[in-house]
Amino acid sequence: MKRKARILEADEIHRALVRMAHEILEHNRGAADLALIGVHTRGVPLAGRLAAQIASLEGSAPPVGQLDITLYRDDLSEIATQPVLHRTEVPFDVATKHLVLVDDVLYTGRTSRAALDALIDLGRPRSIQLAILVDRGHRELPIRADYVGKNLPTSRNEVVKVRLYEVDGGEDQVELWERP
Amino acid sequence: MRDLLDFAGWSKPDAEDLFATADVMAEVLRRPVKRVPALQGFTVCTAFFENSTRTRTSFELAARRMSADVVSFAAGTSSLAKGESLRDTVETLVAMGVDLIVVRHSASGAAHLVRRFAGVPVINGGDGARAHPTQALLDAYTLRAHWGELSGKRVVILGDVLHSRVARSNLELLPLLGAKVVLCGPANLLPQSLSGPNLEVSPDLDSALDGADAVMALRVQRERLEGGLGVSLPEYAARYQLNRSRLDRAGPRALLLHPGPMNRDVEISSDLAGDPRSCVLEQVHAGLAIRMAVLYHLLVGKKERAA
Repeated sequence: MKRKARILEADEIHRALVRMAHEILEHNRGAADLALIGVHTRGVPLAGRLAAQIASLEGSAPPVGQLDITLYRDDLSEIATQPVLHRTEVPFDVATKHLVLVDDVLYTGRTSRAALDALIDLGRPRSIQLAILVDRGHRELPIRADYVGKNLPTSRNEVVKVRLYEVDGGEDQVELWERP
Repeated sequence: MRDLLDFAGWSKPDAEDLFATADVMAEVLRRPVKRVPALQGFTVCTAFFENSTRTRTSFELAARRMSADVVSFAAGTSSLAKGESLRDTVETLVAMGVDLIVVRHSASGAAHLVRRFAGVPVINGGDGARAHPTQALLDAYTLRAHWGELSGKRVVILGDVLHSRVARSNLELLPLLGAKVVLCGPANLLPQSLSGPNLEVSPDLDSALDGADAVMALRVQRERLEGGLGVSLPEYAARYQLNRSRLDRAGPRALLLHPGPMNRDVEISSDLAGDPRSCVLEQVHAGLAIRMAVLYHLLVGKKERAA
């Protein structure tokens, strides 16, 4: 695979998240009854960062949970390698909450579909919104994001690589790579 | 992992991987909707050639919690001879399109035999006096929930060790995880030749219990005592029945395990019912999570093998 372009630097990721935090607060008229759910793996630190931004604006941080959607994937009977399962931890009652689902990349929409099913099994949230760092298009399901860090037109043989220091070490960055 | 027949070839990381998956399954079991779609499209068959309501219910519920289809084949013990009939039955079930078979049989080695001609993953749900691996896994998982780590712990297995597949599987698994196993019971109910780095045999219950971190009381069949072995129940109870004062030798934080169903006032006295040290219901709950994890490990991501 070869690298095509650097899409976002660390400071641009930070500014995108600050803007998204403002948009979330604007849309929900504050942080009351708001909660964030990060999708494993890189949605988890992104949810934590958005919560910290919201806390610095509102004075208190919304509760944060983490969700592993593997058991809700629609291809488990077809795949040749076994995905490692991660813990789902949602330490609050979702039924009273407006949930913001957070993930790094929105592509086919299948992960978000699985996450919606998983969240609804945890209770009946008042609403679910979707926050995405990079929307690269090519949806296969009727899913759209409410908050987007960066819209990035891509082709299907390209790969969006998100690096976050909490998971990957080093500097935050988003790069576009191309498969041979 | 292709099948789960016993713990031959297992390492500690294999068990730890399974326990990590079981942690995820245990969280599913705490949700308002205790069901995930992970095994949609898979069919799990329980083929029980020997009666067992608990184990079969646990496997079937575990499969259903993951949205698998479940068929259950319960053979009466009478008409089915071993060998060809077992093979015919299993081949018929596989021809119906089941993706995995859980087999329970009174003959030691039956699960290994089924694996030879099944062509789908096989889980040993108990074969004769040989192995019952999911029981040992749920026992270890229950202990791990209390201790975090089994290394250096002392676990007494008490009773009819010789005829117990539960004991045999625990003898394979617990030392692998670093625990020391002490076998205790009448000499004619203990295996004659057994040795290992984390294994000890003690004919005296009180000394076995000193410093024990957990006691696993096995089912003792009254017929077996009084029939072949010539031990009367009062004689057995006097020396080996687990009761409160004996468990107190192991201390207030010792854990009590039993694979169920209990013969009250045979291997265990009624005064231990409801004892806070008893983990019996936790074991039942752990069994569901462990069996869900085993099904996930055996079924998901195995596409290329089937092709």
